[in-house]
Amino acid sequence: MFRFARALAAVCTLAFIVALPAPGFSQQPAPSPAPSPAASPGPTPGPGALSVPFADPYPSTYVPFPSRATLIRNATILTAAGPVIHNGSILLRAGKIAAVGANIGTPADLVDVIDARGKYVTPGIIDIHSHLGDYPAPSVSAHSDGNEATNPNTANVWAEHSVWPQDPQFPRALAGGVTTLQVLPGSANLIGGRSAILKVVPSRTVQGMKFPGARYGLKMACGENPKRVYAQRGPSTRMGNMAGYRAAWIGAEAYKRRWDAWNATHRGDPPGRDLTLETLAAALRGDIYVHMHCYRADEMAQVIDMSHEFGYKVRAFHHAIEAYKIADLLAKEGIAATMWADWGGFKMEALDTVRANIGLVDAAGARAMIHSDDASGIQRLNQETGKAMYAAKRAGLPASEDVAIKWMTINPAYALGLDARIGSLEAGKNADIVLWDGDPFSVYTHAEKVFVDGALLYDRDDPKANWRTDFELGYVRSAVRK
Amino acid sequence: MVTCAAVFAATFGGVSAAAQAETVAITGGTVYPVSGPRIPGGTVVIRDGRIIAVGTNVPIPAGARRIDARGKIVTPGLINAQTQLGLVEVGGERATRNVSARGIINADFRPWEGFFSQSASIASTREDGVTTIGIMPQGALVAGQAAAMDLADGTAAEMVRRAPVGVVATIVTGPRFTDLDETAGNTAAGGETTQPPQSRADALAALRDLIEDTRFYAAHRKGFDAGALRGLTASHRALQAMLDVVKRRQPLMVTADRVDDIDAMVRFARRENIRLVILGGAEAWQIAPRLAAAHVPVITGAMNNIPDSFDTLGQRQENAAALRRAGVEVALVGNAGGGDEEAFNARNVKYEAGNAVAYGMSHDDALRAVTLGPATILSIGDHVGSLTVGKDANVVVWSGDPFELSTNVEHVFVRGREYRDRSRQDQLTERYRHLPRTNN
Repeated sequence: MFRFARALAAVCTLAFIVALPAPGFSQQPAPSPAPSPAASPGPTPGPGALSVPFADPYPSTYVPFPSRATLIRNATILTAAGPVIHNGSILLRAGKIAAVGANIGTPADLVDVIDARGKYVTPGIIDIHSHLGDYPAPSVSAHSDGNEATNPNTANVWAEHSVWPQDPQFPRALAGGVTTLQVLPGSANLIGGRSAILKVVPSRTVQGMKFPGARYGLKMACGENPKRVYAQRGPSTRMGNMAGYRAAWIGAEAYKRRWDAWNATHRGDPPGRDLTLETLAAALRGDIYVHMHCYRADEMAQVIDMSHEFGYKVRAFHHAIEAYKIADLLAKEGIAATMWADWGGFKMEALDTVRANIGLVDAAGARAMIHSDDASGIQRLNQETGKAMYAAKRAGLPASEDVAIKWMTINPAYALGLDARIGSLEAGKNADIVLWDGDPFSVYTHAEKVFVDGALLYDRDDPKANWRTDFELGYVRSAVRK
Repeated sequence: MVTCAAVFAATFGGVSAAAQAETVAITGGTVYPVSGPRIPGGTVVIRDGRIIAVGTNVPIPAGARRIDARGKIVTPGLINAQTQLGLVEVGGERATRNVSARGIINADFRPWEGFFSQSASIASTREDGVTTIGIMPQGALVAGQAAAMDLADGTAAEMVRRAPVGVVATIVTGPRFTDLDETAGNTAAGGETTQPPQSRADALAALRDLIEDTRFYAAHRKGFDAGALRGLTASHRALQAMLDVVKRRQPLMVTADRVDDIDAMVRFARRENIRLVILGGAEAWQIAPRLAAAHVPVITGAMNNIPDSFDTLGQRQENAAALRRAGVEVALVGNAGGGDEEAFNARNVKYEAGNAVAYGMSHDDALRAVTLGPATILSIGDHVGSLTVGKDANVVVWSGDPFELSTNVEHVFVRGREYRDRSRQDQLTERYRHLPRTNN
């Protein structure tokens, strides 16, 4: 299987994050409206015509699928918000988690009831690093849409503009319990472009998959990939990489000042709009989260200094192979790190992989996450998390399943700025739920049912009802369980 | 040592009763011999590098070191039948890649001669319970010869379990040739194949020509030496190596995913009277009974279900289970197809087996598919792959189910010697387990 981390050209993405509803805010099923730009005088330009914060010219059109009130009971519940609940129940109603606990009572009205004796319930898995849709299956040349490897700085590109909603890898990720993912540009470039935060749902358009109200991310990349891709024209060295980022931030800083001044007064002609600088300026403002592909500990430390130089925050380091070497620094800076369980060796900067990486980062007090970067691995993030958890235990770390569940749920939700809405099983949150037919950290366990906003979108016991993409029709036989 | 290997006989490398091997009795565990039924409360005795007893109530030699395996599981060392461990150390670094040869037909290429015995992945793979690997070349119509290596201390030559164990080819055109230098080519004989096949039928035709020329070469060798023969599709060294295939001493191991390609290879092998092993075999389940009837084994994975090319539209995780149920000898490997990451994670073959069970294979069959199955396919089943008296002592003691993520490996024996060395990854973990209190 082609793995993007070792692909010649890997790209990073920037994501813009939209202001989150306050906790407890009663969300309508309809997509959140785009944050309104500062009121503009005269004829109203389109939502993206000006370089204003939180412009949303390609808004989400996602509407939750029809759902039925459902009670899952007698389950072992890993909430990612507290200790495991044995023999617990969880009630899904109107797309939200209505109640969760050891004894939540039986609703008076009729609900679907699932007896989950011997089974587990967890939040939907969130994969913070994916290329589904941008590198869809089949991986033919016409489908290579994940790396705009034409310039070291392509902050102007948006991953969503490459996403093919008919990628057969989407339903397979859903069947693995993944309900939200971040699609990032590849890592060929120093600055790869904006990410797309998607719900893993069938849709004719990417807009129908976009997570309502999610801020964008910005993908950036350290190390070997950009300097290899641009060896002829530069950057060709790690110092060249750093000079490239810094030049970009300097340009963005000036652009941000010009636009902040104009946005404050709306006097005179607006400054010229530049897609590259607009995204970078939004990152400097903190409106877009910076997701930095960075393997080596020493390079992460350089990037942290650079973030201080320009006054922005790195939200998360991705593929952070050596995060365990600077876990204290990550904790101090409040930077999350997302890692594989055991990939390594595919290039020099991936040589120091250890399986206890995630556990060591978590134990140091930094936010630790698992990610796939891979269309096969995304289907088994529960197993990958299990590998990491047991490796942590073997290293003598206090990694219980209550801790490990966070690595694939609430921690990535935090890094996407969505932790008030998804990532844990708490009343009021979106009902993104996985029912597992056993311990999710066992190699033998399958996701049995997957709910997105309370709607049952995957059911292992009902293969005929499951999502099949357009591409699969007539090419891929309908799954028959044996 | 290997100079004549391609011509006549397989080479057995440094396999010998290890002088330093001790006498060990592993007692009271649940023993999975693989060659026979599970033995609760069983004992395995190792002496002079071999297994000398397996069962209950077996006498324990005086002076034997005892390992109490009560509550634990004892199995043969696992075998990953298809990996580039030792051939690729750092995937992105060309200088550490020793997986391919120059031409289009490289049947004489012996990658084990370039095996890296100091690979950091050896210890990390071994400490996860893998004691033997199959290494396979990559990157041409006929990539070269496969070998079986024991993960024991020693030089590359000493690690050889058996070589060659097959000749590796592909009829998948296109990306599989990525390791091939396009300027490569051989200028020897007039008819030599110097261009990659342009389509699958072209690849099949090239293989057909190669078999025919091998037979022609064998019958007219003196003419070749005199330069009096018509042009042949491959060098005389490659044709020499192919003699092992046409004389059925070695199987042809062919990467084929599309059901039509697999079927074509089965027909080809029958017509040419050669032994065949299918690598990849994404859609093999569709003709599982035919493969079983033709005694064609399949080396595949259990985690592939993506239609990631037009050759793998029918790929599904139940493939291995369906093949085994039909009676096909199966070896489970990671990411069938041989990307670089398997070198680092050749250790994960046990999880491939666990996932095979999750998709319909019996636990016994899955254990066989990472022990005796690959041993049989790699022609080393007489010496490793099961806990059988007389076999070399590649033995693992597990804290529980070998396929479970929670299970620890407690003891690993290769050729009768217990390995307790800490891998590079273990050492890094220990170094950073407690971070320095300074900022340096």
